[in-house]
Amino acid sequence: MSDKPKFAMYWAASCGGCEIAVLNIHEKILEVDANFEVVFWPVAMDAKYHDVEAMEDGSILLTLFNGSIRSDENEHIANLLRRKSKILVAFGSCATEGCIPGLANLSPVSEIFDIAYHTVSTDNPNNIHPQTSFEVPEGTLTLPTLNPYIKTLAQVVDVDYFMPGCPPESHQIAAVIDLVIQVLQGKAQLPPKGSVIGAGNSTVCDECPRTRNVKQIKAFHRIQEVAPLDPTLCILEQGVPCNGPATRSGCDSRCPRVGAQCIGCYGPAEGVLDYGARLITAFASVIDAKEPAEIEAILDGIPDPTGQFYRFNLADSLLRTSTKAWKK
Amino acid sequence: MSEQFEPVIIGFTCNWCSYRAADAAGTARVKYAPNVRLIRLMCSGRLDPTFVIKALAGGADGVMISGCHPGDCHYIDQNYKALRRVLLLRRTLKGMGVEPERIKLVWASAAEGMQLAHEIDSFIEEVRKLGPLGWPKWNETDHGSQTIDDEQAPVAHGQEAEVTA
Repeated sequence: MSDKPKFAMYWAASCGGCEIAVLNIHEKILEVDANFEVVFWPVAMDAKYHDVEAMEDGSILLTLFNGSIRSDENEHIANLLRRKSKILVAFGSCATEGCIPGLANLSPVSEIFDIAYHTVSTDNPNNIHPQTSFEVPEGTLTLPTLNPYIKTLAQVVDVDYFMPGCPPESHQIAAVIDLVIQVLQGKAQLPPKGSVIGAGNSTVCDECPRTRNVKQIKAFHRIQEVAPLDPTLCILEQGVPCNGPATRSGCDSRCPRVGAQCIGCYGPAEGVLDYGARLITAFASVIDAKEPAEIEAILDGIPDPTGQFYRFNLADSLLRTSTKAWKK
Repeated sequence: MSEQFEPVIIGFTCNWCSYRAADAAGTARVKYAPNVRLIRLMCSGRLDPTFVIKALAGGADGVMISGCHPGDCHYIDQNYKALRRVLLLRRTLKGMGVEPERIKLVWASAAEGMQLAHEIDSFIEEVRKLGPLGWPKWNETDHGSQTIDDEQAPVAHGQEAEVTA
């Protein structure tokens, strides 16, 4: 065993994009290896849960935890890594705010299984439905149980830092890793507990180079319906729902720069309590209509407002779920 | 005596019209149901949809927003902003299973105490018909302290096992 500080990374309910973003820091990954001993990182190395269980409490210096909490397995590992880690970072949108998996909170678990196993697009002639435990001659086989709804990491355990993004931008990851290495060398100090790291404190609009005028929206369009989009003018001003006004800066307004609307993956801007509510405020303010019928007609241009406003943030919003996830 | 469901209603009123209408109703001894808790804003345009969502998440069964009649806003046209926010908020909440009827927008001038009292009473009856919303108190379930009562405890996958294979 080396005496280098220990590093872990885990994926709960996630897509793996966060791990790719970490590898996208290119040769900086060698600095991670030079400064840390990687003790647990399922996507990159072979390690078992019981190896982590055998470690001393608080013996891992830094754990980047990505993915949301979908199953009892996710929840168990979140608790385990919390115990074993000095610094636990909710890494990426899934861990900080639920992200795309969090949209499952609009449906009860039974509906999710029905769609996955029993709809016409699934070839399942014997109508097999996964069970959490099954008896075979060799013994009992078990699978993790899905929680009734997705939780964020901070809803399950105490979290030290939050790093937003789907995935976090690689230059932001590199900056955070640099900081931690500097802290190890005594050249810098860690930010206060609970801080959002690797992101800005303002909104995507603040970093967006497009020109903004007074917005007066008469109709909302899907982006493919307004080709070509004016490359210099605010996207929302052109009637395409852009989530920049409520979304945290830090990505350098990557999507608006290349002609795509912001979908809000960096989560709520500093001080925003409910991301969707803030977007409702922003969108409703710029609609140029006063008659209810005309307003409703303009709003028809946003066919799925819940998905538009809570695409990444549902599990961390004030309501967190649809009534379908808990109401009997 | 049968227990009747008493809805909790949060009402946001405008300083220049509906708050004074409620005051006028009081002065004139016009009675309205005590289910509504009125909160004064400077204008209905001050209404951040966060307030409404927070009210629902905190246990309210319905939310009333009231402002000056169209064209009468003390701040020129902010009540139209409130109108657009309420319409968009209703659509968004519908996607989360909240009946749009739980959010009501009422125009009431400072002189319309009677009308406001009547609107409050009829809204309370509408929400009473819809029944309790009863949003779970999420903070109490965080960090493993599961205290959602059995009534609304959600069913985890595995508890509803039905083997078909």
